[in-house]
Amino acid sequence: MSRIREDYEKTAWRRLVHFINGDEKDMTEEAGYEVETEATTQRIHDEFFEEAEWNHRKEKADTMLSQYEEWPETKGVVYFRKLYNLIAGVICVAIIALLLITAAQLPSFGGTDNPASNEVAERYIEKGMEETGAVNIVAGMILDYRAFDTLGESHVLFLGVCCVMILLRLDGTESERVKKEAESNDRIYEPKNDAILQCVAKVLVPVIMLFGIYVVFNGHISPGGGFSGGSIIGAGLILYLNAYGFKKTGRFFTMKTFSVISVLALGFYAISKTYSFFTGANHLESFISAGTPGELLSAGLILPLNICVGMVVASTMYGLYALFRKGGI
Amino acid sequence: MEFIWNFPLFSIVACLFVGVISSVLGKKAARILSWCLLGAVTAMSGAVLYYTISIGGSFTYMMGHFPAPWGNEVRAGVLEGMVAVLFSVIMLFAVIAGKEYIEHDLPKGKQNLYYSLVALLMSSLLALVYTNDIFTAYVFVEINTIAACGMVMMKNTGRSILAATKYMIMSLIGSGLLLIGITLLYELTGHLLMCDIKEAIDVLVESGQYQEPLTVIIALISVALAIKSALYPFHSWLPDAHGYSTPTSSAVLSGLVTKAYIFLLVKIFFRVIGWEVILQYKITDILFVFGVIGMIMGSVNAIMQKDAKKMIAYSSIAQFGYIYMGLGLGNIGGIIAAVFHMFMHGAVKSMLFISVGGLVEVSDEKTAWSKLTGSGYRNKVAGVAFTAGAIAMIGIPLFGGFISKILFATAAVDNSMVKMVITLLALAVSTMLNAWYFFKAIIRIYTPRGKREKAKKPTWLYVTVMAGFIVLNVFLGVFSDVVIEGIEAGIGMFV
Amino acid sequence: MGEILSGLFTNYYETVSMILFGIGFTTLLFHKNLLKKIMGLNIMDTAVCLLLAAHGYIEGRKAPIVVDGVTAVEAYINPVPSGLVLTGIVVSVSVTSVMLALTIRLYRRYHTLDIDEISKAVQKEGK
Repeated sequence: MSRIREDYEKTAWRRLVHFINGDEKDMTEEAGYEVETEATTQRIHDEFFEEAEWNHRKEKADTMLSQYEEWPETKGVVYFRKLYNLIAGVICVAIIALLLITAAQLPSFGGTDNPASNEVAERYIEKGMEETGAVNIVAGMILDYRAFDTLGESHVLFLGVCCVMILLRLDGTESERVKKEAESNDRIYEPKNDAILQCVAKVLVPVIMLFGIYVVFNGHISPGGGFSGGSIIGAGLILYLNAYGFKKTGRFFTMKTFSVISVLALGFYAISKTYSFFTGANHLESFISAGTPGELLSAGLILPLNICVGMVVASTMYGLYALFRKGGI
Repeated sequence: MEFIWNFPLFSIVACLFVGVISSVLGKKAARILSWCLLGAVTAMSGAVLYYTISIGGSFTYMMGHFPAPWGNEVRAGVLEGMVAVLFSVIMLFAVIAGKEYIEHDLPKGKQNLYYSLVALLMSSLLALVYTNDIFTAYVFVEINTIAACGMVMMKNTGRSILAATKYMIMSLIGSGLLLIGITLLYELTGHLLMCDIKEAIDVLVESGQYQEPLTVIIALISVALAIKSALYPFHSWLPDAHGYSTPTSSAVLSGLVTKAYIFLLVKIFFRVIGWEVILQYKITDILFVFGVIGMIMGSVNAIMQKDAKKMIAYSSIAQFGYIYMGLGLGNIGGIIAAVFHMFMHGAVKSMLFISVGGLVEVSDEKTAWSKLTGSGYRNKVAGVAFTAGAIAMIGIPLFGGFISKILFATAAVDNSMVKMVITLLALAVSTMLNAWYFFKAIIRIYTPRGKREKAKKPTWLYVTVMAGFIVLNVFLGVFSDVVIEGIEAGIGMFV
Repeated sequence: MGEILSGLFTNYYETVSMILFGIGFTTLLFHKNLLKKIMGLNIMDTAVCLLLAAHGYIEGRKAPIVVDGVTAVEAYINPVPSGLVLTGIVVSVSVTSVMLALTIRLYRRYHTLDIDEISKAVQKEGK
C-alpha cells in the first residue's frame, strides 16, 4: 500500500496536483530552502559588514516588513474609507438630484385631473360603500377589493415576530452569562414598582384599552381599523407591563396566549379570505352579505377581519416589546 | 372556468397557512408538514403547467368578487408554470436533503420556526411568480427578504448574524428604491395592475409626456432588483450570506430567492413597461455592461477564495452576470438564453451547496479547501453530486450549462458586432475561469488523503434526493428542446 | 432650470419627501453605527410614505369616509394611496424590529455598534 502511495507521489499527475494546489509539502520544502539561504547570506554579511550596521539594516527591513503586513489594517482601511466615502457621496448626490428632477416633473400636487384619479379610484368612491358595505372607503379597499395585499401584509408582521423570536428568545439552551445579562438588563434599566407610574397606569390602561377596542370595532364606519386599533391596545399592554411587571401580565398573557391568538387570527384570516376569493373567482354565491352600511354589524367580512388583524397587531406589539426586554413573552 | 384555475391561489394560501401553523408545532411535526406542503405545491404547480401547455395559453384568475383593475389578480402561463414547478421541486429537494444539517446546525428549540420560514418563503416565491399586480409583488418581495434573512441568521454564529445584517441592509435599500419606483409609476399611470400600467405607458411614450420621470422609474426598479439579485457592483452581501448559513439556506437563497427577483424583473420588462420601451431607453445596454463585468469579476474572485462555500457563492455572482448579459443582449434569443440559464443555475447551484454541505460534514465541519482534501471518498454521494454539478457549471455536454452557453452564443451572433464580440470573448474567458476553479475543486476532493475512518454512510433519503437533483440537471441538458420551446411559448404569452 | 425650480415649488410635498429620502439614504451610507443606519432606513421609509400620501391628495377634498351618504367623486380624495401607505408602514415596522434584534445580538456578542469593528472582531474570531 505504502509503496503504491510513494509511486503515486512521484507521478507527473501528482506533481501537477501539487502545483495547482500549492500544497503543504512543497511549501515546507521551499521554506527549508529559504532558511538555508538566509543563513548563508548572513554569514557573508558578517564577513563584509560591521555587525552594528547589519543590525541597523535588519531593523529597517523588519519595520518595513511589519508596515507592509499591517498595511491592510491601518493605511488600507484609511484609503478604503476615503474611497468609499467619495463613491458614497457621489451616489447620494446623484440620487438626490435625480429624484428632485423627477419630483419637479411629476403631475402637480393636489391637482384634480392627475392620472391617478381615474376609473379605479372613481369606482372605489362611488360604489365602494354599496359593494363592500363599509363607510370607510379605505377599509373597504384594503380588506375587500385588494384583500390579497393585506393578507400578505399581516404575514409580514408575523414573520417579523418569528425572526425576533429566532434571535432573542431564550429557551433554556443559552449560556448562564446570556441569561444573567438579560435578567440584569431587565432589573437595572426598567422601572420596578414605581408608585407614580402604577397610579397613572391604573387610570390610563383601561381607557387606552377601551379606545383601542373602539377603534378596531368601528374600523369600517369611521377612521381606524385593525392596524391602528391593534397598536393602541398593544401600547396599553406595554404600559401595564411597565407599571406592574411580568408577574402580573404573565397571568393573562404568556407565550401560549400569543401563539393561540396569532394562529387562530391569522388562520381565520387566511381561510375566510380563501373562501371569499374562491367564491368570487368561481362566480358562486357567497353567504356573506354586505349588510346596511353604517351599522356596527355590517360590511360582511370586514369587521371580523379587522378584529383578527387587531388581535394580531396587539399581541405582536406586546410580544416584540417583551422579547426585546427579557427574551421571552 | 376549470377547477385548476384555483391552484395558484390554493398553493399560495396553503403555504401561508402552514407557515403560521408550523410556529406552534414541534420540530418533527413541522418538518413532516412542510415536506407534505412542498409535495402538494409541486403537484399543484405541475397541474397548472400541464393545463397551460394543453390549452396553449394563459389564464387570469380574479382574487375576490371584483374584476381586474379594482381587485387583485393572479395570472398563470406556461413560463409561470415552469418556474413554479422548478422552484417547488428545488425547495422540496433542498429541505429534504438538508434535514440532517438543519438538525445539526440550528438551535434545537427553534427548528420549527425554520420550517415556518421555509413555508412563508415558498408562498412569497409563488406569489412573485404568479402575481399580476405590481403592489402585491412589492408586499411579497418584503416577505421574501425577511424570510431569507431569517434563514441566514438562524445558524446563530457571530458570522451568520453579521452576514444577515449586511444582507438586510442591502435588501432594504433595494426595497426602498423599488417602493419609490412603484409609487412614481402609480403617480404617472394611475394603475397597479400590470397590463393596465403597460397600456398607460404606451400612451405616455407615444405622446412624449413625462419622459424623464419614466427613465428614472425604469432605472430605480432595475437597480432595486439588481441589488436584490446581486448583480456585480451590488454583490457585496452575497458571499457572506450564502457562505455562512446552513446548506439548505444557501441552496434556497442562491437557487430560488435571487432567481425570483430576476424573474420579476423579466416580468416587469415585458408586462409592465414593455420590451420596446425598454429597448428605446437603452436600459439593456447598461445591464449588458454590468453583466459582462460580473461574469469576469465573479469568476476571478471565486478563484481567489480559500473557502469552499464562498467560492461557490462567488461563482453565483458570475452566473448572475451571465443572466444579466442575456437580458442585456436585447433580443428574444438573449431573453430565452437568460431564462434557461436561470433554470439551469437554480438546479445546479442548489445541488452544489447541498453537496458541499455533505463534504464539509465529513471534514470536521471545516469549509476551507485545505481541509476538504479527499472528502469525495469519505462522502461518496456528495462527491458524485458535486462533480456532476461542477461539470454542469463548466458547460460540458449532457448537462444544462452547455446548452445555455450555446444559446447565449447564438443570441449574440444575431446581435450587433460590438455586442457579439464582447459576448463571445466574455463567454470564452469566463468558461475557462470556471473550468479552472471547478476542476481544481474536483481534483482536491478526489485526492486520496485525510482520514478515511471519518467516512459516512448516507441515508437512503439523501441518496434519493441527490439522485433526483442529478436527474433534474441531466433532464435540463438532454431534453433542453422541450424546455426552450416552453420558455419561448411562455414569453410569447407575456406580450 | 427655471421650469424645474417652479416644478419643485408646486410639488413641494414631493420635493420634501425626496429630500428626506436623500437624507435617509446618506445617513445609511455614511454612518458606521448600526443604530444610525436603522434610523436612516426609517427616514427612507417615512419619506416614501409621505410621497405616497401626497400623491393621493386632491385640493379641497376630504378624507375618503362617506359622510351623509354623499358618494360623488368630487367629494373625496383618492383612497388608493392611503391603503398603500398602510402597507408601507406595517412593512417598515416589522423590518425595523428585525434589524433592531440583529443589532442587539451583535452588541451582546461584540460590545460595539460600529459595523467595521464588528467585522474586524468577526474576522479575528474566525468561525
